[in-house]
Amino acid sequence: MITLPSKPALIELQNFACERDERLLFSGLNVSFGEGQVVQILGPNGSGKTSLLRILAGISQDYQGTILWRGQPRSAVAWEYANELLYLGHQPGIKKALTPLENLRWYAAMQGDSRDFLLLQALAEVNLAGYEDTPCYYLSAGQLRRVALARLIFSRASVWILDEPFTALDKKGVAQLEARLAGHAARGGLVLVTSHQDIGVANLQLLDLQGFPADSGLGAANE
Amino acid sequence: MSKSPSLFLSTFKRDLTLAFRHKGEMMNPLIFFLIAVSLIPLGVGPEKALLMQIAPGILWVMALLATLLSLDNLFRSDFDDGTLEQLLISPHPLYWSVMAKVLAYWLATGLPLVLLSPLLGVMLSLPSTAFIALCLSLLLGTAAMSLIGAVGAALTVGLRKGGLLISLIVMPLFVPILIFGASAVQAAARGEVFDVQLAVLGAVLALALMLAPVATAGALRVSVNG
Repeated sequence: MITLPSKPALIELQNFACERDERLLFSGLNVSFGEGQVVQILGPNGSGKTSLLRILAGISQDYQGTILWRGQPRSAVAWEYANELLYLGHQPGIKKALTPLENLRWYAAMQGDSRDFLLLQALAEVNLAGYEDTPCYYLSAGQLRRVALARLIFSRASVWILDEPFTALDKKGVAQLEARLAGHAARGGLVLVTSHQDIGVANLQLLDLQGFPADSGLGAANE
Repeated sequence: MSKSPSLFLSTFKRDLTLAFRHKGEMMNPLIFFLIAVSLIPLGVGPEKALLMQIAPGILWVMALLATLLSLDNLFRSDFDDGTLEQLLISPHPLYWSVMAKVLAYWLATGLPLVLLSPLLGVMLSLPSTAFIALCLSLLLGTAAMSLIGAVGAALTVGLRKGGLLISLIVMPLFVPILIFGASAVQAAARGEVFDVQLAVLGAVLALALMLAPVATAGALRVSVNG
């Protein structure tokens, strides 16, 4: 991947390796992600896709190597990094006893924003208008996923880390999400996404974790 | 950093709303407290002198067990639905988020125990001089126990069955609170001053306010990482 020398990549991984339960998932990973990219992370089940995303999100620390954020070590700019990040994991992060609006309010408060009309607009955009005040218990799995995805609309984060965001979405929902990912990249954002299906986004870049087998860069990764 | 108050308030409000939507869970410790204490006169007999003597200890032990009963729920649902990891990676200091959660938890479980305790004191023929001591000591004690218990809850949230382990972890830390709390009520029942015991409970609470959320935050990071 080409990055301009004047503008450092958003996220850069150097000599990156991940070990989980005494099993090396991948190693020798040297890659940089820049603005305007949609990167699909590939690999069979258990190849470390989720682990990689959880590490990048800052949830897991089980890694060796360096993570650079805009050219600086992530640990030195942890606060700036967290501010620019939106992570959506396997669990949608939605409280079922709360309504979609109440759920989104909590996320809005996280970025210091509390204007309800933006949230209502976001819910309308994921086709959940009319469900604002229905407790999430009554929503289907796909609708729950949509509530979580509504965060993408009002988020100010520049890096989106999405773990299997297409799960349980219908065809229309998938198309809308693809358009949203492309739109984010067009605005200069970065999207890292895992999915087992093909993503219909122009200029999609692929990162196959199988290309970084556990035995190739082992010695270097242990330094 | 200027954004922290909004997340603190929002988390606090969210957790209180959740507590009131899960009324059954919220009532559990209260009902346990009520049943366990009201069984005591049936078990040991209705002699006033005996009941009066054991009332402070009984009330305090039952309040402690009731708190212990509900601790496991503190982070469990957040862990299961993924909001806990969202809280961990937010740019806000985890200290205040933990504080908001514990405060909401205490308002939903600790404070009702305190308010219910005089009623149960009457049931155990606790002298009226001891009611103020009972409420004040439980007020300080349940708050400290909630904060300390949060550390245990955070340590065990990643385990499938953390219920028993959490008791083992926090029980030794609850013991001093129990001793000073019950002793305050006993002193008041005998008509003596009890400010020393309250001062110690206050000191424990102050220490817990400073240290427990930090430990809880660290424990949460470990639990979610695993």
